[in-house]
Amino acid sequence: MKIVVLPASLDFKTYERVFDEVAATPDGNVLFDGRHVRFVDPNGMVNLLAAGSLARSRKGAPARLEFPEQSEVAGYMARMGFFRAAENVFEVVGRPPQRSEGPSDVLLEITPITENSDVHEVVDRVQKRAGAILTRRLNYPPTAVVQFSVILSEVCQNILEHAEAPGWVAAQSYNWTQRLGRQVVVISVADMGRGFQGSLSDEHSARFGDRWGDATALEAAFIHGLTRFPDSGRGQGIQQIRKQVRRWGGLISIRSGTARIADVPEWEDVPPLTEGLTAFPGSQINIIIPEHATNDA
Amino acid sequence: MMRELGIDPVPIDVGGVLQRSVATLYSHLVTRPTGRAVRLAIETQLAEISRPALSLIDLSEVTVLDFSCADEVVAKLLLRFLEEDRPGDAYFVLRGLGDQHRGPITTVLEHHNLLAVVQLDGASFELIGTRTEIEESTWEILEEAGHVRADHVVEMFPGEAEWLALAELVERRVVLRHADPDGYYALSALVRDLPAPSSDT
Repeated sequence: MKIVVLPASLDFKTYERVFDEVAATPDGNVLFDGRHVRFVDPNGMVNLLAAGSLARSRKGAPARLEFPEQSEVAGYMARMGFFRAAENVFEVVGRPPQRSEGPSDVLLEITPITENSDVHEVVDRVQKRAGAILTRRLNYPPTAVVQFSVILSEVCQNILEHAEAPGWVAAQSYNWTQRLGRQVVVISVADMGRGFQGSLSDEHSARFGDRWGDATALEAAFIHGLTRFPDSGRGQGIQQIRKQVRRWGGLISIRSGTARIADVPEWEDVPPLTEGLTAFPGSQINIIIPEHATNDA
Repeated sequence: MMRELGIDPVPIDVGGVLQRSVATLYSHLVTRPTGRAVRLAIETQLAEISRPALSLIDLSEVTVLDFSCADEVVAKLLLRFLEEDRPGDAYFVLRGLGDQHRGPITTVLEHHNLLAVVQLDGASFELIGTRTEIEESTWEILEEAGHVRADHVVEMFPGEAEWLALAELVERRVVLRHADPDGYYALSALVRDLPAPSSDT
């Protein structure tokens, strides 16, 4: 059995290591050792579900997961709905903390996206909860709540319309005082579908010839708004999300197959295009929106 | 004026259509299938009207409108009624637009090279979507006049460019060209006859 030791900080910067190790285990016989995780964000949790799903599909049975020893971390994962979402993915070793039924400070728990009504549920939930977080903690005007909901709606629809497979979405705010000197909201979306190259190949691969691949497919969708649908109204969602995230000084990245593309703000140092990553199914979207500074537009 | 021109007023409360057409209590116009259901419900309603119609598309009860729904409900609705085989002879005016609606609607209109008349708070109107400067100024002249008799068009629009712009505005269905009485009508002049939409519409 392959033991994958989860990084102490499981987030956008580190989940790639988990993907590498899981993808390199053809029989999917993996134990995810999360005992030493000290910090986890929506990217960490959602992409851990994706990694577990890949292991499960290869093994034909749930992969094993040891949850963090630190009770605050495991409790936080419970509040984010991780263990509920993990029921069909992992065999959790031991008894994980239960999610309390009381009021929650979570912006959006891990929510499976399998059908149209799930997107409505996400928007309903965020409309109720995002106001206080965006206006009080991140200093955005009240109108930003609707724009935030629109972003979530469009990224969730990306799962339904392009992946043709289930996925998850989650969002939460964090205090990045040391890293950025500001609060941020992190949105993470992942699916186990066919990825951007798979979605676009039938319609667009011929025109790109030998250049066609994961990076080209991501550029086609992310930069040029191409979709597999002949309808000319399609493809605007990602373009408009990019515009809004840029207006807010945020980061958006999409990983699919072996490549990742990003709109990178000045406070982050990830490359705008990364190729040669470990092949992984589906796509993973990461959006980080920083606190609104007084000199922002 | 609408009765005189033989035009039926059709106020449409999009929030109400949303609740009826997707049989839920969601007040948010999100996802493409939802938008498609709402548009088809509006198209069906307008197809049942045999005479020309002026439809006020009221979005005031819609809190969240995403780009997919703006494309399905607004852009595709306008596109459908620009086609030769349109389901009915309907003109559209959008109203109840908040800041949250404007971005998605303007984006999809520009994407499809469409133009729409919007009723602002009170009695003022504006164009949104893709248009040239001459189309904008021609529309404003007609907007101020309300309507122009055909035999006065040369006085009101003396240049060829303005004539062409007026014809283009008619083609894009943001100006009504009527044969009897012969003339050009600003949609706003017709809208002022309409009652406020109710939840039953």
